[in-house]
Amino acid sequence: MNAITTERLRKTFGGVAAVDDLSIVIQKGKIIGIIGPNGSGKTTLTNVLTGIHRMDGGVVVVGKKERTRIKSCEVFGLGLTRTFQNVRVFEQVSVLDNVLIAITKKGVLGSLFERASAAQIQNADAVLARVGLTEKRDALAAELSYGQRKLLEIARALATDAEIILFDEPYAGLFPEMVKRVSGIMQELKAEGKTVILIEHDMALIRELCDHVLVMDAGKLLAEGTPEAVLSNPSVIEAYLGV
Amino acid sequence: MEYFLHLAILFSIFAILAISLQLIVGYTGLLSVAHAGFYGIGAYIVALLLKNAGMNFFPALLLGALGSMLVAFLIGIVLSRFRDDYYALGSLGFGVIAFSILLNWQELTRGPLGIPGIPRPELFGFEFSSNLSYLLLSFILLGAVYAFSRFLTLSSFGRALQAIREDEEALSVFGYRTSWFKLAVFVIGAGMAGIAGGLFASYITYIDPGSFNVTESIFILSLIILGGLGSLRGAVVGALVLILLPEALRFVGFTPDIAAQMRQVVYGVLLIVLMLYRPQGLMGKYKL
Repeated sequence: MNAITTERLRKTFGGVAAVDDLSIVIQKGKIIGIIGPNGSGKTTLTNVLTGIHRMDGGVVVVGKKERTRIKSCEVFGLGLTRTFQNVRVFEQVSVLDNVLIAITKKGVLGSLFERASAAQIQNADAVLARVGLTEKRDALAAELSYGQRKLLEIARALATDAEIILFDEPYAGLFPEMVKRVSGIMQELKAEGKTVILIEHDMALIRELCDHVLVMDAGKLLAEGTPEAVLSNPSVIEAYLGV
Repeated sequence: MEYFLHLAILFSIFAILAISLQLIVGYTGLLSVAHAGFYGIGAYIVALLLKNAGMNFFPALLLGALGSMLVAFLIGIVLSRFRDDYYALGSLGFGVIAFSILLNWQELTRGPLGIPGIPRPELFGFEFSSNLSYLLLSFILLGAVYAFSRFLTLSSFGRALQAIREDEEALSVFGYRTSWFKLAVFVIGAGMAGIAGGLFASYITYIDPGSFNVTESIFILSLIILGGLGSLRGAVVGALVLILLPEALRFVGFTPDIAAQMRQVVYGVLLIVLMLYRPQGLMGKYKL
């Protein structure tokens, strides 16, 4: 069973193809790594899949739904959530409220008459505890360190209880202890049957966590396979190191 | 005494305006300079219904608020697709159009001649003709607007508004149709401005388009920037300070020939000093 399939997915910026007729399959319930040199189109792919960028061509199939256009506000309904490469927490909002946003009602009328319930707050607190931000729950997100903001983004994504979670370079700026915690969370998500898509440059982490790896270069799929097979592939080594 | 009552009534009207704009600008981050337009629409609807249709003030006030909301809904459908500078420019365009209509639709508004002789409110035979009774009425409406706004800002809706201010695109990924939220808060704020307009029209008993131009929108904006963005109390304090400050400057002792100009200068300098040393305003959470 596939979580996401793309067929000839295309996104261009000023005539330059950042995602170039890309056809990939993301298998359900696995940790899928996406690697590639800077500018290879990884983040653009993420942005297209989550409706931040409008696709210029091709089809995306999420679950059973086939899409030629994805709006960002529809992504949640598709059971998909994400973190951002450049942290995008709601800075002048408390840490707790950042997480509650992912939990509470999303419609105008429903949200007008809703105050966060004890159960919702308990759920948010549990997620904050999971990423180790309990002590910061009442602080503004702007008061957090860079690494803590990364953790808050992860907490926000976890709070959605989405089936597919897309992590865009979640380890950047994290201390080793935090790295261990986040890796643990990814393995827990996999154990829960969720699909994890991990964009990452740290090959040791890719090797440790991923079941399957896709390698992108210039918007195309360069190689795919198990971490061992992909990381010893000469064309992958050449794309990364230029040798 | 009457002088202080007059100031208190003006304060409560401008506090309603400030609170309503605070929801749009301070909480949601939508820089709107259209607010005087909705204030004016509310004022004119109430004035015309009271004077020409002989309607009671309270249903007229409700219709004034609904009229402002309807116009805000129509404008907001377009405006909600914008953000940042484009939103500000779009709202400025509406402010200019609203003023022009009030000025030029002479058959209805009497244009620059304005509408005189607007009656005071009446309820079960009691006429709010004294300033004390009018102050009571305007404080009750201010209290209601404040309470409703507080209810909104503490709800999940209020949390979403603040997230729109911080990062609209990131919020949308969590399933929020952000343009609907922007439209809703714009319409709610316009309704409150319409209430302020109705109160103003019936209190002053005369309105003309000059009270509802873009400069007035900028004045209302300055109330919330001074009081502090993202704070309902800040909006009230901003209205209090900017209504009372020009009056307080009357007692500074400038010679009569330059007093009016000097009050404007001192007023401007105080605003600049405040923005330099306390850019988040008196009670605000963040800078614009």
